Amino acid sequence: MSAVSKLSAAMGLALAAMGAPLVANGQVSDGVIKIGVLSDMSSLYADIGGPGSVVAARMAVEDYGAAKKGMKVEIVSADHQNKPDVGSAIARQWYDVDKVDVIVDVPTSSVALAVSEVTKQKGKAFLVSGAASSDLTGKACSPNTVHWTYDTWMLANGTGSAIVKSGGNTWFFITADYAFGHALERDTEQVVLKNGGKVLGKVRHPLNAQDFSSFLLQAQSSKAKIIGLANAGGDTINSIKQAAEFGIVERGQNLAGMLVFISDVHGLGLTTAQGLIFTETFYWDLNDQTRAFAKRFAPQNNNKYPTMVQAGVYSAVLHYLKAVEAGKTDDGTKVVAKMKEMPTDDPLFGKGRIRADGRKLHPAYLVEVKKPVESKGPYDYYKIRSQIPADQAFRPEKEGGCSLVK
Amino acid sequence: MPEIFGIPSAALFGQLLIGLINGSFYALLSLGLAVIFGLLNIINFTHGAQYMLGAFCAYFLLSRLGVGYWWSLLIAPLAVGAFGVLVERTMLKPLYKLDHLYGLLLTFGLALVIQGLFRNEFGSSGLPYPIAKELTGGHNLGFMFLPNYRAWVIVASLVTCVATWFVIERTRLGSYLRAATENPALVQAFGINVPRMITLTYGFGVALAALAGVMAAPIYQVSPQMGADLIIVVFAVVVIGGMGSIMGSIVTGFGLGVIEGLTKVFYPEASNTVIFIIMAIVLLIKPAGLFGAQR
Repeated sequence: MSAVSKLSAAMGLALAAMGAPLVANGQVSDGVIKIGVLSDMSSLYADIGGPGSVVAARMAVEDYGAAKKGMKVEIVSADHQNKPDVGSAIARQWYDVDKVDVIVDVPTSSVALAVSEVTKQKGKAFLVSGAASSDLTGKACSPNTVHWTYDTWMLANGTGSAIVKSGGNTWFFITADYAFGHALERDTEQVVLKNGGKVLGKVRHPLNAQDFSSFLLQAQSSKAKIIGLANAGGDTINSIKQAAEFGIVERGQNLAGMLVFISDVHGLGLTTAQGLIFTETFYWDLNDQTRAFAKRFAPQNNNKYPTMVQAGVYSAVLHYLKAVEAGKTDDGTKVVAKMKEMPTDDPLFGKGRIRADGRKLHPAYLVEVKKPVESKGPYDYYKIRSQIPADQAFRPEKEGGCSLVK
Repeated sequence: MPEIFGIPSAALFGQLLIGLINGSFYALLSLGLAVIFGLLNIINFTHGAQYMLGAFCAYFLLSRLGVGYWWSLLIAPLAVGAFGVLVERTMLKPLYKLDHLYGLLLTFGLALVIQGLFRNEFGSSGLPYPIAKELTGGHNLGFMFLPNYRAWVIVASLVTCVATWFVIERTRLGSYLRAATENPALVQAFGINVPRMITLTYGFGVALAALAGVMAAPIYQVSPQMGADLIIVVFAVVVIGGMGSIMGSIVTGFGLGVIEGLTKVFYPEASNTVIFIIMAIVLLIKPAGLFGAQR
């Protein structure tokens, strides 16, 4: 090695040390906070989280001002293809080899449950935004997992009870046949029964099915007033589109999309989607701060506006970085404990907190899709029908069966 | 109401009909594959992407140029077929002398590239495409409500399939084509431009995929992934029918649609595996497929 290169290497080391005060006191492992965005990058949920979640995470790091504070934050991303085995293999490699400190997003409940288990074994941190199963803070809860944006209990409670109370008291479920669908169906069924409704039947379809006419026909012959769609993404879009074709609504039955995202409404078009009622925890047109976020976000995401999952990624990463700074550590278990200790506050979800079982609390909104004539601009899709306060939106802590709750 | 295996017979008829509708798509797509494999010996893995291109083409025509569904049925297959011709001329041609595997790899890679580009540009949740005004609404058949559009899909697909079969098996042009696959040198010696015929055949197979794409646009989502999801099933259909057999692909396309439809009633969880189970059984008993000739 020449003298010059020796010198520059030494200078580089010195600069790195000066640039990262957290490293200097040896608290952040390897000097870098590495955030892994694990999502469906290429298939039916890619518009819900996917590349947009990476954009959201990057914006959170920028807005937190990590560089100015001397924190070195890196973002990596991968496609879990909605397969639990692929997802947990990536998580293992990230934790063991690539020194990732925290994994965020992870739509598809079966994958999220697998990653939550790996994260617990490795003592890292896992911030769930995309997955829905309420089991993540129930019987499968973990001291290393925070469930941020929404869950099946919240959807069932928000949408289900509103519909049963307005007269939709007999239900038929069309359910995606995996952890998420089962959880959503179970949670909705409970709400329906509790409010005095009846479930007349159910049918389970494989994930990413093309044709729903057969299932819709079964729903039709059940004569249930409400057809509950316990599925998501492309599956929901196809169900709704084909239900319109088969004249389900014209013939007196109504659809309840239990989990609908703004990207789904965009894909359906307002003509088909109008009048749908469902629950969200974020809408870009709520207030000045959410609007400002959406205006910055869209150009970086092919002009697609943020979904609640992407907003959740932003908010979760922001709170995570605050906790790392406050706790002066990136040890997963400790950071998550710190995150639960500190109240949350960000431009998108407002003030809130994280419960002992890992559930993040914030208000939810019952929304209705506008008619085409009511929509004034791009992504002007929702009317807010009512707001469900944070303490009522999510399952009471005691009822989840989480072992962390004493 | 009379019941069959515990299912009301009316519901069962409905499911049979729906099976036929899905079968129409399988038949149309597997037909294109069979034509291409039978006459070119290329295993065309780009077929799913070309089906997707057909649907997107219809979407562009409507949203950018205001051209409706009926013209799309003509323009999209022509445009995508022309793209197919280009692919054949520039990329597939040098591969004919090589093993099947090379064509398979090239077309598979091409499909990934096309789908990736579209996903980058349009995302995964799909784009809306309305049903043509003339075909909205439906009829109550007593046992089920049949949307007019679905009825149209069955008819259009049957007509296309039968016409294709007729041209290839029963006309002079078809006999040239079949002869050119058997012995290209001899056919060329009779003064027929074999390479051009092969190029056009590939273009035709691709156009069939695009036609299926246009027909699918109003009922499935127009999304970059739409072909990738379907193509695997369609390949199973082709294998069951016998690689390269025109009639085989039509009959098995409709037949498997019906079997899949029935599975959705009796055991819905298995509805996307049943075709592969059948494929395994057929391969064990009749390795060349139901209609395939042993070579």
